Amino acid sequence: MPRDRLRIVLVDEKPERSDDLERVLVAEGYDVIARLTSGDDLRARIGELAPEVIIVDMQSPDRDVLEDMRRLQSESPRPIVMFVDESDADSIRVAVRAGVSAYVVDGLVHTRSVRPIVEVAVARFEAFQALRGELDAARESLEERKLIERAKGILMQRRGVSEADAWKLLRRAAMDRQAKIAEVARQVIELAELL
Amino acid sequence: MSPRPLRIGITPLCDSAPLVVAARRGFFAEEGLDVSLSCEPSWANIRDKLAAGALDAAHMLAPMALASTLGVGPLELPVVTALSLGLGGNAITASLPLWQHMQELAPEAMARPATRGRALATVVAARRAAGAPQLRLATVFPVSMHSYELRFWLASAGIDPERDVRLLVVPPPRMVAELEAGAIDGFCVGEPWNSVAVLRGSGAMLITKHDLWNCAPEKVLGVTRAFAEQEDAAHRALLRALLRAARWCDVPENRPLIAHLLARHAGIEVPVEALVPCLTGELRVGPGPATRSLPEFHAFDRFAATFPWRSHAAWMLVQMLRWGHVEKSLDVRAATEAVYWTELHREVAAELGIPRPDADEKVEGVHAEPWTQASRSGPIELGADLLLDGSRFDPRHCTASLADYGIHAMRISLDELESAQRTRV
Repeated sequence: MPRDRLRIVLVDEKPERSDDLERVLVAEGYDVIARLTSGDDLRARIGELAPEVIIVDMQSPDRDVLEDMRRLQSESPRPIVMFVDESDADSIRVAVRAGVSAYVVDGLVHTRSVRPIVEVAVARFEAFQALRGELDAARESLEERKLIERAKGILMQRRGVSEADAWKLLRRAAMDRQAKIAEVARQVIELAELL
Repeated sequence: MSPRPLRIGITPLCDSAPLVVAARRGFFAEEGLDVSLSCEPSWANIRDKLAAGALDAAHMLAPMALASTLGVGPLELPVVTALSLGLGGNAITASLPLWQHMQELAPEAMARPATRGRALATVVAARRAAGAPQLRLATVFPVSMHSYELRFWLASAGIDPERDVRLLVVPPPRMVAELEAGAIDGFCVGEPWNSVAVLRGSGAMLITKHDLWNCAPEKVLGVTRAFAEQEDAAHRALLRALLRAARWCDVPENRPLIAHLLARHAGIEVPVEALVPCLTGELRVGPGPATRSLPEFHAFDRFAATFPWRSHAAWMLVQMLRWGHVEKSLDVRAATEAVYWTELHREVAAELGIPRPDADEKVEGVHAEPWTQASRSGPIELGADLLLDGSRFDPRHCTASLADYGIHAMRISLDELESAQRTRV
């Protein structure tokens, strides 16, 4: 993932503030691909836009929507940076130290680089994902792995794709259906037996 | 000496009433507390601000207190509660098109709230056969009673919430707009949002939380374990004020006043008339003028509503295991003991002369009517506690409950779970 052109989506209710933040982010070499407000269908828009980082206003009720998206692994979770009012700044500094999440403080946007904050969020997120990946790998039963291998084989044969692309097809189908990959694999195998 | 000012987070929902009443009617002040309420737009904020010390206490989803302590979600934060903020208060509402479809395909099942899950199952099957997209049903947060109630209801009707429908999160103030836009087909949410949908003519209540599980838990007063340990006197004063405020909330003639207090001070931007039905128990359920009288819909104080039963917490943990939200084995009793501080509750209640149960838990799904339990502090009237599917929930046998669930998304084996249950009575 090229660090210097990270694709960012801003979720903010206050356009004048996102203007400032967008300017700073662009000046820092980030690619702000969209600005969304709570009226938008965040789930669908973020699915289409596939940002690498989401920056959200802490006063946005959409924090809970984003948190739900993060829970569903099939929706490829992304690091989330919180954007807060200056009034909350002191307590939020404590939060950053405690590892709650990363926060950009509104009043500091003009004077301080946001890059370290975005990078802390990305690094923390990747560490969390790696840990989660290890847990998942350990949990994924032998049975599930066998199913996925068989389904990949079927896709490679029928669609003439590489193993990596077969895996991507399964993963995308799982994302679309909000299902586990092993579940999609099982369906592929069942369908193949019918045909 | 003036006390340290305390900040308490609330969310714009009817069950924030004891906190709003304690602030506006002087119960906090009478306990020598200087409290300001902070209305938060998301549950994630409630949790993160508690973690950051920006809030000292919060109106919190009961499962969130458990999830945060267990590190389920993005943050591990030991939370404790010594006070439940009431029983009941939620409902499951369908859009009018969904309601009509259910009525068309299964009029008999629609006759009673208890059998409407079957009507939904019929619609789910019909849509699948017709190649229509899955129904989209919303709750307010992944780990919430709303989510577990909706899943429990779907599963009890043979609908797999993970495969047969799409579950998503929508912030409560946007639920009705999304229902009207057709972005969702139904939701499980706390009041006043079900009543708002009915009053606007865009939805109808299928079933209430009370039908799903009589007198079931919902929110708690959450504080960090560090606050409970280091600021015991302030914590006890908060509990005293809220026990008194909850009692005030359940005086029938105060109920209409609560609607006005909430409209003015809880950040709930709806007309007062939408706040009244859940408080009086005279619910407009729709469609049209259909009403239902359900005096038990929301209890703030009666039926020992403020007591933090560990059996309630155990049921929530079992649902978290059932749906794979808890991904590793845990000792259920040890977890409920860590988070639900029953003894502190008893001590504070005793100072106010309020009788409280001797036991920390009870078997759920036994009583069809209110009943009286004897205790060392006096007789206590407790509410009915039946579950919709007629099951019993014995907190001493959580693994057995899980084994009975035909539909689940468990990520650990029952054997593994059983061997983790080390703490016995």
